[in-house]
Amino acid sequence: MKKNLVLSAALIAAVAVLLSACGSSEPQEVVNVFNWGENIDESIFDDFEEQTGIKVNYKVYESNEQLYTMLKQGGINYDVIIPSDYMISRMIDEDMLEKIDYANVPNLSSIDPQYLNLEFDPNQEYSVPYTWGVVGVIYNTKTVTEPVTSWSILFNEKYSGSILQFDNSRDAMATALFYLGYDINTTDKAQLDEAFDLLTKQKPMLQGYYMDQQFDKLEGGEAAIGVYYAGDAVTMMSNNPDLAFVVPSEGSNFFVDAMCIPKGAANKANGEAFINFMCEDDIVIRNMEVTGYATPSASAYAILDDELKNNPIIFPDKSILDNCQTYVNLPAETLELYNDYWTKLKS
Amino acid sequence: MKNRKLASLPAIPYVFWMALFVVVPLVLIVVYAFTSESGGFTLENFSSIGSYTMVFVRSLVLSLIATAVCLIIGYPVAYVISKEGPTFQRVAMMLIMLPMWINFLLRTYAWMSILENTGLINTFLSDIGIIGLINRLFGLSIDHLPLINTSGAVILGMVYNYLPFMIIPIHSVIVKIDKATIEAAEDLGADSVTVFRKVIFPLSLPGVLSGITMVFVPSVSTFILSKLLGGGTSMLLGDLIELQFMGGAYNPHLGSAISLVMMIIVMACMAVMNRFGDGEEQAVIM
Amino acid sequence: MKKKNGFWGRFLTFLLFFFLYAPIIVLIIFSFNSTKSRTVWTGFTLDWYVKLFHNSSILSALYTTLLISVLAALIATIIGTFASIGIFNMKKRPRELIMQVNNIPVINADIITGVSLCILFVFLGKKLGFELGFGTLLIAHITFNIPYVILSVLPKLRQLDKNLFEAAQDLGCTWMQAFFKVIIPQIKPGIVNGLLMAFTLSVDDFVISYFTAGSVETLSMRIYAMTKKRISPEINAVSTILFATVLLLLIIINVREARQEKAAEKRRASFKS
Repeated sequence: MKKNLVLSAALIAAVAVLLSACGSSEPQEVVNVFNWGENIDESIFDDFEEQTGIKVNYKVYESNEQLYTMLKQGGINYDVIIPSDYMISRMIDEDMLEKIDYANVPNLSSIDPQYLNLEFDPNQEYSVPYTWGVVGVIYNTKTVTEPVTSWSILFNEKYSGSILQFDNSRDAMATALFYLGYDINTTDKAQLDEAFDLLTKQKPMLQGYYMDQQFDKLEGGEAAIGVYYAGDAVTMMSNNPDLAFVVPSEGSNFFVDAMCIPKGAANKANGEAFINFMCEDDIVIRNMEVTGYATPSASAYAILDDELKNNPIIFPDKSILDNCQTYVNLPAETLELYNDYWTKLKS
Repeated sequence: MKNRKLASLPAIPYVFWMALFVVVPLVLIVVYAFTSESGGFTLENFSSIGSYTMVFVRSLVLSLIATAVCLIIGYPVAYVISKEGPTFQRVAMMLIMLPMWINFLLRTYAWMSILENTGLINTFLSDIGIIGLINRLFGLSIDHLPLINTSGAVILGMVYNYLPFMIIPIHSVIVKIDKATIEAAEDLGADSVTVFRKVIFPLSLPGVLSGITMVFVPSVSTFILSKLLGGGTSMLLGDLIELQFMGGAYNPHLGSAISLVMMIIVMACMAVMNRFGDGEEQAVIM
Repeated sequence: MKKKNGFWGRFLTFLLFFFLYAPIIVLIIFSFNSTKSRTVWTGFTLDWYVKLFHNSSILSALYTTLLISVLAALIATIIGTFASIGIFNMKKRPRELIMQVNNIPVINADIITGVSLCILFVFLGKKLGFELGFGTLLIAHITFNIPYVILSVLPKLRQLDKNLFEAAQDLGCTWMQAFFKVIIPQIKPGIVNGLLMAFTLSVDDFVISYFTAGSVETLSMRIYAMTKKRISPEINAVSTILFATVLLLLIIINVREARQEKAAEKRRASFKS
């Protein structure tokens, strides 16, 4: 009986300690941030908390499509999300975003106007641009000795077993559409079918479908060819100098990721405070040094190190950018087709 | 005890709990499986499952292989351990259970670094010249053996993670076999092979059956093993379901339909298996 | 049965343990590696452990996991123990029906339990205006814990002398007194066993948490997120610490049990003499 008492006393004590630790943090202001993996310098959260007293709860998703699924499913509450252009326009269409009160985001003025009022948010009501970049092929120059200029490298049997493909439908389909010379926003079923067939043929050559795991596989020499975003390519190349990045000559995707507030966010004001904080010049630069993504902030760009400024991957030439296309939101039936292709492809 | 109704009152909160959080959710799965997004009745979810036949086949084949391998390894081990002294048995069973206390994902992750193209096995093999030897013998020019991102790796992951689930129930049944039964068989002139075949094995069958269930069910429904060890190119049922609920293709109705079919397959498998056993003597696990 | 194992039997056991532990040992060794490489040993360091303790997301995930596991195990044990007594006293028909339902979460694949709870929570959440989070995670954990508590308490009740409870009441105990002073001590081993099992199941769970946690993150989920991005030896460090803790706990528990058994044997021996 005595042992029983000791045991239960210990358990109750444990619960009390855990609960009190929890209870004391209860009244604290929080902001729930949902972001891409490897897309922020997490040490910034401490500074934000120090300055505003708002604690950042941070969680990551893997792709725009996954973000969409999680929000659509419902039952979760985030205050800040960072989708890409086409997903923002889809979310606006489906009434999934909250209008941002720009009075709480004075730093919007630091954003270069060329990144404002873009197609996905024409009246600039729902978003604050966070980063931008292009998609390209990352390859290991030790194993891939031929010059790489085309998307064809991703479909080259010679490299069977060492190719990585995107693990999301939109980006993966785009690689095939570019290679076939079609519009990446096509809704023509014949063209889409052709692209899907190409991806089906590519599948046996792949090492796998990956998102952020590409970092590890490419840096460690586990895979020779990957396809990913420019900012991450910069990070990979700094960890493995054998890697090279190329934007294929057929053109590529130009994307803008922007901070948004999902419908029904519980801490909207905190979300806006966070968004504003992420636009502070010193924070932008610190973040950029970690993530490798280009910033849309004009004032931060002005005081950027020359080394970063002149990095042709982060800030590509105008000729490359002119050759790039933006994704736009697709009509419902095409989206359904994408869903279908994707599940079939992966099965 | 005098008043049965009164004495069963303490179970009321539990009954409500289980009704709300076990029965109702399963009913919801059925409802979702038979409705479309607009809420109307439909069978479309089931008809579209047809295009994922490969996934069902692959899941079943891989998990059946894994279950068979677990049985082939697990039974002899459980038998051998049961013949040792009590201290050895206690320590051995503890050591078999210990890896289960380590996070499932970490155990799988450990295999990733062993099986990768530049992983421990391949590095070791090429360092001692085996890879070179293979190349010379077969006229190949590979620089690593394909270990990860194969079906073999997924099976290995299943066997590694679920093997203890096979050993523990079998062992616990074998040790409970009455020694007198075995001695009686021996006294009646049975040799050790006959004793095993006619006495020990039939009596250990309930353990084998619950072992099979405990390996097969998690294997057939996994979505992590195929992602981490299989490279995500050959989906299993679990992946297909996860993709509909949390992944890049949102369709909870299709996901529910797949879940339902999977549940029925698993139940059918178990019903078939229970016919082999007495049904009465289900081994209680752990 | 008394025949000892030959060389091959021992060899087989050894092979099994090699198979079970080789990956874990590799994992542990490379938590001390000075670079991120997981295959080439480059030198000893404790950096990853230092980094780990500064990683607030891992620490808060660990905290969530412990809190959830302790709460879920306690609540499940309380509900489950009372339920066992109730079930034990039921007539055969309802008892069998309830045991069938009880076995559903045990037998069902985790992913189905997770997905079905996810649907329920989202459905109720939309109606009642709550979100997936700590509460739903706790409910999910309690739900998959209760059946195991019942499976470990019920057999103990069956071993109980059926007249004990009535005898206590006849001797003037109230129902409550009889329950707490007579029944509970008798079935205590089953309750403790159920509690421990519930706790470990909760700590280890990934799949069900993944579908029901919303924006809350448990350690398993944190590890999953880490394996999805660039793999850092911090993961190895976490696993080493967990492994060491579990090993230590198991050793303590086993030594204690062995001692208790010895003491009990001595007592029995002294009774006889």
